[in-house]
Amino acid sequence: MSALLAALGDGTVVAKRNLIKIKRVPELLVFTTLQPIMFILLFAYVFGSAIDPGGVDYREFLIAGIFAQTVIFGATLTGAGLAEDIKKGIIDRFRSLPMSRTAVLVGRTTSDVLNNVLVITVMSLTGLLVGWRIRTSFLEALGGFLLLLLFAYAVSWIMAWVGLIVPSVEVVQSASFIVIFPITFIANTFVPSAGLPGPLRTFAEWNPVSSVTQAARELFGNVGPGTPVPDVWSLQHPVLYTLLWVGIILAVFVPLSVRAYTSAASR
Amino acid sequence: MAVQVRARGLVKRYGDVTALGGLDLEVEEGTVLGLLGPNGAGKTTAVRILTTLLVPDEGSAEVAGIDVLKDPAGVRRSIGLSGQYAAVDEYLTGFENLDMIGRLYRLGRARSRERARELLERFDLTEAADRPVKGYSGGMRRRLDLAGALVADPPVLFLDEPTTGLDPRSRSDMWEVIRELVRGGTTLLLTTQYLEEADLLADQIVVIDHGQAIAQGTADVLKSQVGGERVEVVLGAAGDLEEGRAVLAGIATGEVLVDVHTRRLTAPVSGGGKVLVDALARLDAAGIEVLDVALRRPTLDDVFLSLTGHATEAEKAEAAR
Ligand SMILES: Nc1ncnc2c1ncn2[C@@H]1O[C@H](COP(=O)(O)OP(=O)(O)OP(=O)(O)O)[C@@H](O)[C@H]1O
Ligand SMILES: [Mg+2]
Repeated sequence: MSALLAALGDGTVVAKRNLIKIKRVPELLVFTTLQPIMFILLFAYVFGSAIDPGGVDYREFLIAGIFAQTVIFGATLTGAGLAEDIKKGIIDRFRSLPMSRTAVLVGRTTSDVLNNVLVITVMSLTGLLVGWRIRTSFLEALGGFLLLLLFAYAVSWIMAWVGLIVPSVEVVQSASFIVIFPITFIANTFVPSAGLPGPLRTFAEWNPVSSVTQAARELFGNVGPGTPVPDVWSLQHPVLYTLLWVGIILAVFVPLSVRAYTSAASR
Repeated sequence: MAVQVRARGLVKRYGDVTALGGLDLEVEEGTVLGLLGPNGAGKTTAVRILTTLLVPDEGSAEVAGIDVLKDPAGVRRSIGLSGQYAAVDEYLTGFENLDMIGRLYRLGRARSRERARELLERFDLTEAADRPVKGYSGGMRRRLDLAGALVADPPVLFLDEPTTGLDPRSRSDMWEVIRELVRGGTTLLLTTQYLEEADLLADQIVVIDHGQAIAQGTADVLKSQVGGERVEVVLGAAGDLEEGRAVLAGIATGEVLVDVHTRRLTAPVSGGGKVLVDALARLDAAGIEVLDVALRRPTLDDVFLSLTGHATEAEKAEAAR
């Protein structure tokens, strides 16, 4: 118990440090929020008239998908940040202190969540401007936001592991871009998965990015009575399926990341 | 006096490279050990093992009486480390950097802040305290990094090349800081590439190369092994090199080295300025044109040359038997 408290205390100190960086380099926040705003506008106005998700306006359909993609990209900050800290020897300094072994990772992933909260707020406001509405209760909507953040938090731990084992910030960034772009596109984020060709459709239906998007859509009330939901378990029970993935990712990548941190060498 | 740092047979390999090949070290309480060696000698590897950042393939080590491998967390409570490259956070101010370290040592909010202010004052960083480190000079970063190692007032301190990359003034400032720490009773292990630095600061010096100690002792012992000063002359004509060597051999205490490329002769001597004047007079008498002349103290290069020289002689003796 005291070890856990120590980890949380140290984690808070590290998270505070990361947040100071956001404050000192505001360009970082500006660009991480500009990109999703640009996506919302592009998709809403360029594709909006061409795509009919059925039973609901495309702009309403779209927002949850963009939320999902953006918070997942937000999670990559962890990987890039850790790779940079290793390169600059800061991880060595932390590792020579009598602090908790998990604190740097806890602090890093937590500050990403806070960053994502900020980004989601900006995106929600943009969404409201282009016609997105929450049509459910406050609690359900809150549940939707929390699920998105939780999923992104789990992804942060994958990125933490990548950041600790890959030699440079640039490699972390381009590697995550190459992986995250297809994963967030071969899903129901921007178009209904039913329209995808065979194998891609199966991938999309079992892709947890689809389930977290579907869950958020339902919790925000952005599905009409006529919107078809594919007849697969993952999308019929999107909240449960997403939570299952969160559990699995954390169970695998928290221990992997902690081990990588303990043996991280400065390069 | 208690031994505060003890390493026995440390071995660390990276693939085919043997970074450390069985290193032994001992540092007594309140003294300074200088680990002297060229690039790639294994200095950083040794420091990383002793500060729990790296696990050796073989060997054992104790710091402040605590086993590095069995109780690394205990060792971390007793040491301060300033690594080869200043590990300070660019985006934080100097104050925030030190305050963060204090919090991570669990000094508590008030004590952390107080300690940060104290150290900034002591390292002459008060004016820059509230500016982001991004705008600090190399010397300021280095001082801040050293301050970071001192936050918890550790009894044993490891400094990996604390003055490399500093200009001469910052370097002597850093030396003064280090001397003051040692006067305060801190046990210090310091790595350096400069004999002069080891000479000024260290009570004991261990010279390492290719992961092995090739000599150790006090600065005086090492210097006497290398033999006094050096007279260096650069000749005008390459054709004079042989004759010049013969002339200098008359005053040298050891072998005169010839560098054909730069037309430079280097002779180990003892006796200072008088010998220099003597050397010039003899060269002049022999009608040899001298372009440049200098009297200098032995450098690490000389120590190495002489140490590896001894090694080959020993091998020769071995072979002759
Ligand atoms: N992570 C690593 N992977 C592979 N080889 C390494 C690694 N770290 C060190 N080495 C090798 O081990 C040897 C010793 O390196 P070390 O950094 O200890 O030397 P050093 O004396 O600190 O040198 P310098 O003066 O350049 O800092 C070198 O040959 C180096 O290339
Ligand atoms: Mg080194």
